[in-house]
Amino acid sequence: MSSNSSKSGHAGFKVTRRTFAAGLGATGFVAGTAPFNIVRGQGAALKVGVLLPRSGYQAGIGQDCQRGVEIAGGILKDLGYPSLQIMNADTESNVDNARAQAEKLINGGAQLLVGAFDSGQSTAIAQVAEQKGIPYVINIAAAPQITEQGYKFVFRNFHTAGMILGGAFKNQKEVFAIAGSAPKSVVFMHVNDTFGTAMQKGIGAVMPKFDMPYKVVETIAYDPAARDLSVEVAKAKATGAEALLVVSRLNDAILLTRELVKQRWSPMAIMSMGPGWYEDQYLKTLGKLSDGPMTFVPWYDPNKKVSKMLEAALAKAHPGVNVNTNHVYTFEALMVAADAYKRAGSTDPKALADAIRKTNITENVSTGPGIMFNEKGQNDKLEITGIQNRGGKLPTIAPKVAAIAKPELPMTPYNKR
Amino acid sequence: MPAEIYLNVAVGGLLTGLVYGLMALGLSVIFGVIRVVNFAHGEMMTIAMYIAIMLFSAFNLDPLVMLVPIAAVLFALGYVMQAGLINPFINRPEHSQFILLVAVALIMVNGLLIIFGPDARNVQTSYSFDSFQVGPLIVDATKVYAGLAAITVAAALFAFFRFSFLGQAIRACADNYIGALVVGLDVKRLYALTFGLGAACVGAAGAILVLIIDVTPPLGPAYTLLAFVIVITGGLGSMPGALLGGILIGMTEALAGLFFTPSAKSMFAFGILVLVLLFRPQGIMGRKAA
Repeated sequence: MSSNSSKSGHAGFKVTRRTFAAGLGATGFVAGTAPFNIVRGQGAALKVGVLLPRSGYQAGIGQDCQRGVEIAGGILKDLGYPSLQIMNADTESNVDNARAQAEKLINGGAQLLVGAFDSGQSTAIAQVAEQKGIPYVINIAAAPQITEQGYKFVFRNFHTAGMILGGAFKNQKEVFAIAGSAPKSVVFMHVNDTFGTAMQKGIGAVMPKFDMPYKVVETIAYDPAARDLSVEVAKAKATGAEALLVVSRLNDAILLTRELVKQRWSPMAIMSMGPGWYEDQYLKTLGKLSDGPMTFVPWYDPNKKVSKMLEAALAKAHPGVNVNTNHVYTFEALMVAADAYKRAGSTDPKALADAIRKTNITENVSTGPGIMFNEKGQNDKLEITGIQNRGGKLPTIAPKVAAIAKPELPMTPYNKR
Repeated sequence: MPAEIYLNVAVGGLLTGLVYGLMALGLSVIFGVIRVVNFAHGEMMTIAMYIAIMLFSAFNLDPLVMLVPIAAVLFALGYVMQAGLINPFINRPEHSQFILLVAVALIMVNGLLIIFGPDARNVQTSYSFDSFQVGPLIVDATKVYAGLAAITVAAALFAFFRFSFLGQAIRACADNYIGALVVGLDVKRLYALTFGLGAACVGAAGAILVLIIDVTPPLGPAYTLLAFVIVITGGLGSMPGALLGGILIGMTEALAGLFFTPSAKSMFAFGILVLVLLFRPQGIMGRKAA
């Protein structure tokens, strides 16, 4: 019985050398068809060109964004995303170089671009990416026009200048209400680069909608690579304004603070709506003189699961460095890339761009409901957060739901520290 | 705007201009004697600034106290550069000298980038945030010390060229190259000494300027350009002209920022240069070519 059964069985499914070879060939054929492409596509890492100002006057910030790149790989792996192969490029804080480096990365095999912190540089990269048909995920850059061009390959998970201003004014009013005091007049000082100018234009359009308690008595633009801001501060001080509204970078934020101290002017508040004032180098360089400025910027929600992972990874890789916008949005740009690659299952630029358009990441880091893009490639659901420099830390002071500290307003005068 | 603001800004511009003048003085000395345009001038100043930062970080030594040793290091660098690198190019076409010095400048910038990285560095002394109040005037203490140091170094250099034998020999080389050879002066050695002195000047300026501004490796080219603007305004080869040019440019930048828009300060400095070139091409204190 057993013998017969065995015989009949072998008659139907006997594996001979010929059938084995045929089976192997069939397997190979099937492996080459579409369903198996997903597996094959994700076996290789997606080549992501990361453009940042690693040298030049924005180098400090570019290097800080790079920390977000360094820690991203481990977190993305833990979250089940596929690998990314990072190709680094330095924009040298220069628009022309950003354009040239973007082309170089694409020619070198980059399948997706990320960067470049600065609006001017990002605008140039966006043009190259669109022309070459390579998806570009902006980490940080707020000039509104970048996502108003009708580009098909450009995506921004960051606020526009208008979104920052609207959120900042809303948060400032909350802060004034909690503190029980508000400045009646401010001087608006800003860098005259693409971002600074966009913010300056936005103030005229956005501020009237918020019925702010202060008026802007003077607007002072200055070169972001300025080496001396004594004249600018003297001019601002001469207006007699009670507070400073600023859009800065890192080096100029340090220079402005030094001049405020030297010229013996302590405004009741310094309200920043951009980088510089919250950065570690600012805190370390100025010590107790760094306390007091409030910054209303794109930030992170410390209560989210991935935020905690980011905090832990950064603390491990760079002890003593506070998580900030640079890390958060650079990490999230890479998260968008990995998520799109996972869903597209292909490195084809069009497939990646289509996948990015359908992004819906709710387990993220930044404040707001998550990462999703509108028809222009803009995440318009992000929210602004208010933070204040306190003893080298950056507690959240607004919005109320996220606040963990009461705002200190007016700030302690420089000569009483 | 209160009147004292104008005075405050003018005084600040004057003090910064003195340091600019000292920096440009080095360029003027080198060109006046050797007729070589040092395209690595700002980069040499950046090296001096990094030396000052290292000394401050390691031993807490005030850059003003270390001014002479830093100038001596730059003197040695300048001497070696002239003796080993530039002297062989003296009788070659000018463009090959330009290319040589531009190459040296690029090597310096990238060398500094490799060694120190791109982050801005600064020196924060005990008086970094001090200021003097004189009536309604508030003057930055650091700029006062920097201005005084610049005047002292410039005066020492003037005295050297006016009263010392070596200074007179260098002036003789500048006035009449063939005559200097005829009377037996070692011209190539004197050239090396001159380049060393020019480098020492820029070294002293770097040690002073590091108190006022933050340093990054790419800072050099901007200061090379600034030094050119100053010496051309003051008069190529004229030492008093370099100082005067520095003061003029420093004050123009400061006051233009106050009267007009701060973001256009440099535009006015270049405007002065264009005006000088139009009406006095040899510079304010320069001599017309014979």
